[in-house]
Amino acid sequence: MATTAAAKRSFWEFIWDYLTTVDHKKIAHLYLAGGGFFFILGGIEALIIRIQLIKPENDFISAGFYNEMITMHGTTMIFLAAMPIIVGLMNAIMPLQIGARDVAFPFLNALSFWLFFFGGLLLNLSFLFGGAPDAGWTSYASLSMDSSGHGIDYYIAGLQIAGAGTLMTGINFIATIVTMRAPGMTYMRMPLFTWTTFVTSVLILFAFPPLTINLFLLMFDRMFGTAFFNVALGGNQVIYQHLFWIFGHPEVYILILPMFGVFSEIFATFSRKRLFGYTAMVFATMLIAFLGFMVWAHHMFTVGLGPVANAIFAVGTMAIAVPTGIKIFNWLLTMWGGQVTINSAMLWALGFIPTFTIGGMTGVMLGSNVADYQYHDSYFVVGHFHYVIVGGSVFGIFAALHYWWPKMFGRVLNETLGKLTFWPFFIGVHLTFFVQHLLGLMGMPRRYWVFLEDQSLDLGNLISTIGAFLMGVGAIIFVINIIVSAFGEKAAADPWDGRTLEWAVSSPAPYYNFAQLPLVRGLDPLWIEKMEGNGKIPAAEPLGDVHMPNGSIIPFLMSIGFFISGFGFIYQTDNVYWYLALYGGLAFSIALMIIRSVKDDYGYYIPKEELEKALEGEAK
Amino acid sequence: MAQVHDHSELFPEVMPPEPEKATLEGKNKFFGIWFFLGGETVLFASLFGVYLALKNSTAGGPSSQELFGLGLVFIMTMLLLTSSLTSVYAMYHMRNNDFKKMYLWLGITGLLGIGFLACEIYEFAHYITDYGFTFRSSAFGSAFYALVGFHGGHVLFGICWLTTLLIRNAKRGLNLYNAPKFNTFSIYWHFIDVVWVFIFSVVYLMGKVG
Ligand code: HEM
Ligand SMILES: [Cu+2]
Repeated sequence: MATTAAAKRSFWEFIWDYLTTVDHKKIAHLYLAGGGFFFILGGIEALIIRIQLIKPENDFISAGFYNEMITMHGTTMIFLAAMPIIVGLMNAIMPLQIGARDVAFPFLNALSFWLFFFGGLLLNLSFLFGGAPDAGWTSYASLSMDSSGHGIDYYIAGLQIAGAGTLMTGINFIATIVTMRAPGMTYMRMPLFTWTTFVTSVLILFAFPPLTINLFLLMFDRMFGTAFFNVALGGNQVIYQHLFWIFGHPEVYILILPMFGVFSEIFATFSRKRLFGYTAMVFATMLIAFLGFMVWAHHMFTVGLGPVANAIFAVGTMAIAVPTGIKIFNWLLTMWGGQVTINSAMLWALGFIPTFTIGGMTGVMLGSNVADYQYHDSYFVVGHFHYVIVGGSVFGIFAALHYWWPKMFGRVLNETLGKLTFWPFFIGVHLTFFVQHLLGLMGMPRRYWVFLEDQSLDLGNLISTIGAFLMGVGAIIFVINIIVSAFGEKAAADPWDGRTLEWAVSSPAPYYNFAQLPLVRGLDPLWIEKMEGNGKIPAAEPLGDVHMPNGSIIPFLMSIGFFISGFGFIYQTDNVYWYLALYGGLAFSIALMIIRSVKDDYGYYIPKEELEKALEGEAK
Repeated sequence: MAQVHDHSELFPEVMPPEPEKATLEGKNKFFGIWFFLGGETVLFASLFGVYLALKNSTAGGPSSQELFGLGLVFIMTMLLLTSSLTSVYAMYHMRNNDFKKMYLWLGITGLLGIGFLACEIYEFAHYITDYGFTFRSSAFGSAFYALVGFHGGHVLFGICWLTTLLIRNAKRGLNLYNAPKFNTFSIYWHFIDVVWVFIFSVVYLMGKVG
């Protein structure tokens, strides 16, 4: 009896702990769990799409539901799966890599997570309440203005809430990297993953506002009768496309640049060699980010912007291949002459190189504005972006999870199961998406519900569906690996003979990260100490009390307020009583904001004695 | 030996020369607000783009030449520019640790902001009742109210923010915990002012002349 009561209490304490946490490492766990959940959801939607396309004129699902599936698959995968998992990895690792005790705004960090979570929840609740959005993940005004029901309204409200969280994350990470680097951690000593986190955060900061505005315009038009996209009153629907892609193209770099950072860490660690061309890598990252803002109209070659505009955007697009190529060569040269270890993390990194290179190559093909009239809106485009997003972002996520799992959860993932995850997934990706290029070239348009028999599309689609199921097998083995490893051995502080600061603290890191802030003596600080010192990072300050932020339930409650208000926005067009939810939810959140601002929160201190005890424990 | 931390470092006897950046939290706030304003710049830039694309789409309704009167807008510009200046005075007194004078100038800043907002509300009411020019009447109307109203919303938010700060800290004097808060507000307020300068030129001047 007594023990169950204790277990029960500790369970609720555990939940409460995560609801109120502002610790970047726990917020990372939340992001990974939330993103992982939506990843499974998006994966199921993908399989439903592929089952529908397994044979000609299939009627597995209706045309309307098919549209909801493609829309929700794309939207979920990009906004609710890939980005949150990436943000989770950044949260878990970046502060450790720069020798910081947390991020600049821990409270805001928690708010970012809960906004993402409730935004995603809102979006997906549309399935239960009368139909999901069905105008594609791009939700062009031409389609979305005509879509009946409330699906698109859910898209608007859900993405607006989740997007606000992402924007705050961007600001938070930039401020963290600018102000909180440990003594000696100059910009040009930052690990590549920290660099790409930094540049990605800048991309988020400048790319998300156009999306925010675009969603506002769509909201005003759909819910409040304005005329931005109403051609009869002088509106213009091409504006939507511009704003969407001014956001959308940088968005694809938000998804890939952090993974470039991950691969840079992994190649260096498992080649036991310093990253080749560190400086070039940093500047290539910046160049890609900069060019990423200059090429949005390559998604609009067929809109009719004119040959001059199209030509300029085509040249800009192809130029991005140059810094990307620099990176590929630097990774290859990092392995060249190194002592290469091939384990699960490294397998994903090695699989990434050819896969992503093919995706980049088809990208350059698409970047030719003349040829794009043939490719546009065909399965060729679907093949292209899955090669880069799956071969880049998803492979990167798997690589990062295998690499940093010990640091994040204190357990090493099983190697055998790791390899068993990789091979079906890797083969599945190429089976699924390679044939899609050919299907596209033979004329199969994207986003079509059925295709006709005997038009040379049957075999390709069958192969593609088989590949999709293979990827599903890989994903399931990964879940099994997580469960098996949870009962496995505890991880050492530095299981991979690492080079960067995160491997200098225990696995998982203590809640204050560093008892004493580390002193950094160069690039790859831990490696330097292994080679030239005693393998321990010197301290930059005497042992003293450590300042910590207080936890808070306000971020969670505030996000609920916005969530409720989201329903108000969606349904006020049906019934004015929904204004109660709209204003009530907003008022609740604003009141919490005021409370947060008015109530002093000085944080607390971990006494020196406690840190001393912990250090003694570690030394034993 | 074991002593409990009382956060006394936030309330020093002698204030440092830049109290707003003396703590790590203060420094974070300082950088944070600048990055936030970077994002805000893009928000407004997007709305400016939308406005420029739609400003001649009047759908038979009144055009910008018929609507705008530069007199009122000139007064509004003066009010907001002056409020930016008074907030500079306030920050000057903050760095000299003169709490009373800082409050005085912040108060004036807020009043000027309210004056600006009152003019704007009058302006909008005038367009709606006398011209039937609304958020819904044409694409031009939608774009105009979205841009100018979004700015007005920022002014309103700033006034509420300032009021909360002033009420909360009225009896406390200056310390290293609240100095960054005042400074963050003032940076935000300058930004709102700069955006208005662009609205004044792009919307009103170009609308009247161009
Ligand atoms: C050398 C690099 C790349 C080039 C030249 C390139 C070029 C292009 C072009 C021209 C299109 C538009 C095709 C059309 O709709 O007709 C496109 C679509 C797309 N690309 Fe890329 N791309 C590159 C890399 C990437 C990367 C790294 C990602 C993501 C990680 C990505 C994700 C996408 C997505 C999601 C779309 C489809 C958007 C949609 O219509 O829904 N691309 N790419
Ligand atoms: Cu693009």
